[in-house]
Amino acid sequence: MLQGWVIVLVAFAYLGVLFAVAYYGDKRAEAGRSIIANPYIYALSLAVYCSTWTFYGSVGRAASTGIGFLPVYLGPTLMVALWWYTMRKIIRITKAYRITSIADFISSRYGKSQMLGRLVTVIAVIGVIPYISLQLKAISGSFTILRHYPRIVMPAQAVAQPILNDTALYIALMLAAFTILFGTRHLDATERHEGLVAAIAFESVVKLLGFLVVGAFVTFGIYRGFGEIFRLAQQVPRLRALMTVADTGNTYGTWGFLTFLSMLSIVTLPRQFQISVVENVDEDHLRKAIWLFPLYLFLINVFVLPIALGGMMLFAGRGVDADTFVLTLPMAQQKEALALFAFIGGLSAGTGMVIVETIALSTMVCNDLVMPVLLRVKWLRLNERPDLSRLLLSIRRWAITGILMLGYIHFRAAGEAYALVATGLISFAAVAQFAPAIFGGIYWRGGTRDGAIAGLSAGFAVWAYTLLLPSFAKSGWLPASFLTEGPFGIPLLKPQQLFGLSGLDEISHCLFWSMLANIGIHVVVSLAGRQSITETGQATMFVDVFRRTQAPERSGLWRGSAAVEDLLPLLGRFLGPDRAREAFLAYARRRGVDSPEQLRADADLVAFAETQLAGAIGGASARVMVASLVQEQPPGLDEVMDILDEASQVRAYSRQLEQKSRELEAATAELRAANKLLQELDRMKDDFMSTVTHELRTPLTSIRAFSEILLEDPEIHLPERKRFLAIIVKETQRLTRLINQVLDLSKIESGSAEWHTTELDVHEVIRESVETSSQLFRESRVELVTSAGTDAGPRVMADRDRLVQVLINLLSNAVKVCRPGEGRVEIRLGVSNGFLRVDVQDNGPGISPADHETVFEKFRQVGDTLTGKPKGTGLGLPISRRIVEHFGGRLWVESELGKGATFSFILPLEVPAAKAGPELAQAAG
Amino acid sequence: MGKRILIVEDEPNIVISLEFLMKREGFEVEVATDGEAALMAVGESAPDLVLLDIMLPKMNGFEVCQKLRADPRWRGMKIVMLTAKGRETEVAKGMALGADLYVTKPFSTKDLVAQVKELLGSGT
Repeated sequence: MLQGWVIVLVAFAYLGVLFAVAYYGDKRAEAGRSIIANPYIYALSLAVYCSTWTFYGSVGRAASTGIGFLPVYLGPTLMVALWWYTMRKIIRITKAYRITSIADFISSRYGKSQMLGRLVTVIAVIGVIPYISLQLKAISGSFTILRHYPRIVMPAQAVAQPILNDTALYIALMLAAFTILFGTRHLDATERHEGLVAAIAFESVVKLLGFLVVGAFVTFGIYRGFGEIFRLAQQVPRLRALMTVADTGNTYGTWGFLTFLSMLSIVTLPRQFQISVVENVDEDHLRKAIWLFPLYLFLINVFVLPIALGGMMLFAGRGVDADTFVLTLPMAQQKEALALFAFIGGLSAGTGMVIVETIALSTMVCNDLVMPVLLRVKWLRLNERPDLSRLLLSIRRWAITGILMLGYIHFRAAGEAYALVATGLISFAAVAQFAPAIFGGIYWRGGTRDGAIAGLSAGFAVWAYTLLLPSFAKSGWLPASFLTEGPFGIPLLKPQQLFGLSGLDEISHCLFWSMLANIGIHVVVSLAGRQSITETGQATMFVDVFRRTQAPERSGLWRGSAAVEDLLPLLGRFLGPDRAREAFLAYARRRGVDSPEQLRADADLVAFAETQLAGAIGGASARVMVASLVQEQPPGLDEVMDILDEASQVRAYSRQLEQKSRELEAATAELRAANKLLQELDRMKDDFMSTVTHELRTPLTSIRAFSEILLEDPEIHLPERKRFLAIIVKETQRLTRLINQVLDLSKIESGSAEWHTTELDVHEVIRESVETSSQLFRESRVELVTSAGTDAGPRVMADRDRLVQVLINLLSNAVKVCRPGEGRVEIRLGVSNGFLRVDVQDNGPGISPADHETVFEKFRQVGDTLTGKPKGTGLGLPISRRIVEHFGGRLWVESELGKGATFSFILPLEVPAAKAGPELAQAAG
Repeated sequence: MGKRILIVEDEPNIVISLEFLMKREGFEVEVATDGEAALMAVGESAPDLVLLDIMLPKMNGFEVCQKLRADPRWRGMKIVMLTAKGRETEVAKGMALGADLYVTKPFSTKDLVAQVKELLGSGT
């Protein structure tokens, strides 16, 4: 009943369901109610990792190496545990910088290098073609086997079939058609395909169910549970060997390498990158994926060993390929429906892998391989074409077809040389070469473009030499001696025992040398070289992406700017006019502006346009396109240094500022103090002026008053008239004296007084003063005594008139305070230590010690309390003091209340050599 | 109805002139030569008008004025500040303290007499 056309019909029906799921997913996404925004869907979609290799090949591997099929699943399980750190960073970078493929990721990190993008694409295509061909092999093989039901016939050698009868060809073509339908209906700026993800998740469920059902059937249907299978298998020596690790040729080394290899490939396989990174909707989905995905792997592997053992026991000696047990066991038991279901499960596994892988590859081929070349070809004048989106889509469609055809060609050519699993591992080893560039790129800022290119090339070369060429040799295209004796007979260069490293299986061997070359050369070349500005910027953006989480639009390295009028058509050409306008509208809204036309043409806008474009044509091409529009000048090293310098300048400036403000504070404090001093002096001056004015006005008052009285009243009696006139005269004199003294003091203090300094005989001076004051003394009836004789006295250098002035001042003061009739004033002279000393002593009321300094202040007169208003100006003593001090002397008073007062001054002696003797003798006497 | 005038001034010659002027107008005159004596004199028998100098020993004229004004008995007493201090601030201070008149020296005898007569004429 399982005729060919039934199978085909069922297959197409299944694919139709898939398509419907995808279509529904896309429609929901467009309506904004995505069905894949769900961590379970995400985790299931990750299971695209499990292709026909898992579905069929695990059993085959288990049959030959026992649990040696496990490392390939251990790796992802371990890696996924680290995903919260590594994968989240990769996803964040991808989303933030609009990265669309693994080639885009690597090229973007290393300075948007188109060269690197090309290299990665080529390696990816070459590496993955065998993997695709093995899917074709599995699908076509399973179809063929099922068709021959109820006989169990192994598919004939592929080379024996004429092409047009080859089901594999038709399968390849059909897969191409479906891939095109799934993945190239329109261009999305982010290269996301929501419908596709939904379909893949659906497929993951189908294949898991298929395997579980077959496994359950074998374990519990054919046998009676796990226990029985293992018990029975123990009895077969060969099978028993399978169940122990040591005897199956598995070494810990092999396990280690294989685990490591699969750890890398869960990230670096293009389809895995596409599904787990590019199609990721929400970083948080990783949390569930971290345990859901390993759970899935566990479930799908639970029955591998039982099926393998069961198959080997049931088909012992019949030459049934272990790879086919999943299908042939139900067939052998006449379970048609189950066999069909198994076939569908295998179909799921294969189509899922092929579709996603091919879409990922075609995106890379289009963006990183074809478009850059086309953009350079001037005569195509692509810059002027209004709508390039159709061109892009058709390039991708051709790429899909091409890749599948290459897969088919490989299938026919290399066909039977390898079992499924081995072929898969070869692909793993190829894409593993991306790992140093990727992981180095996100954790090490020092990786340079040259280092990445060199490392990648070296690793790929080693891979080609140690795995690809040997596969050709094993298929017969190269002489077998190439393998056994090395090229040109050089044993050290034996492709699978390089430099004598033997004991490793070919995969581990290849992995060891290729990783060594790749990582080593990557590091050495990176350290030896320098990064360009763009590289440095990109490196920082990648490694520090978590620090810039919410900054989607990056600016800063664009120097030019372009207006929306220019950018919109550019974007429209690649994304389609509608999508381009939508994108700008959304951006404008985010900027708080109503329409895109109002957007400012600045570096941010350019960066935004670049990221949008990158989604369509890849980062490197986008940069080229936008740069041609913007005519940017990349910032020179100087400018970047300036920016860095600015930071340190700002710091230095702020330190300067601090210092200046401190200095300013100090200066302000000084100024304040000076101001206060000036104000004080001003006040003092004001006080002086005010006092002088007052003193001047007082005599004037009397003068005016009496003058007016006398003028007004002619009838005043003569005695009174005389009295008044006398007062007028006296006050006039007083006024004159005051004025003179004020002027005098002013002159002396300001230094503009004239001094006529000559040698003076002190006796003469004293005699003169006494004579002048004698009238005053007589009137006051005060006795004046002096010891200055008529002989020559001590000599000083002074102004005669001034010195007389001082003595008269002292004498008249003394007279004023003495009581008439009882007063006695004595003038004494003395000489000591080169100084002349003169004392004027009175027997007046004395001056209390508190007032000893006060008497020398301007306008201060003591004696208010006892003698009433003192006569005099109050300026005499200050003037005398200044005169004495001018000549290098000192004037002071010694006195106590009730004991009289002695005013003394000293002056430096003028000692003419010749007359020294007589003076000293005089002084002693 | 003789009005009594207290002259508070420490310059003897000015006292003589003021005394002459006031007596000539028929006023009774008393003299105090410092602030404390002034207050004592007022306390003994309140004059109708005080001719008050500012630069006085023991207590200056401003204080005397303040004290005089503080006492409710002497509300009606006229105070004429007579001083060589003529700055605006001083004038303002004097008026603020309650002086009725502020005259700067040297003064015009005619004006002073007229103003005194007016002050004493109005308040009865």
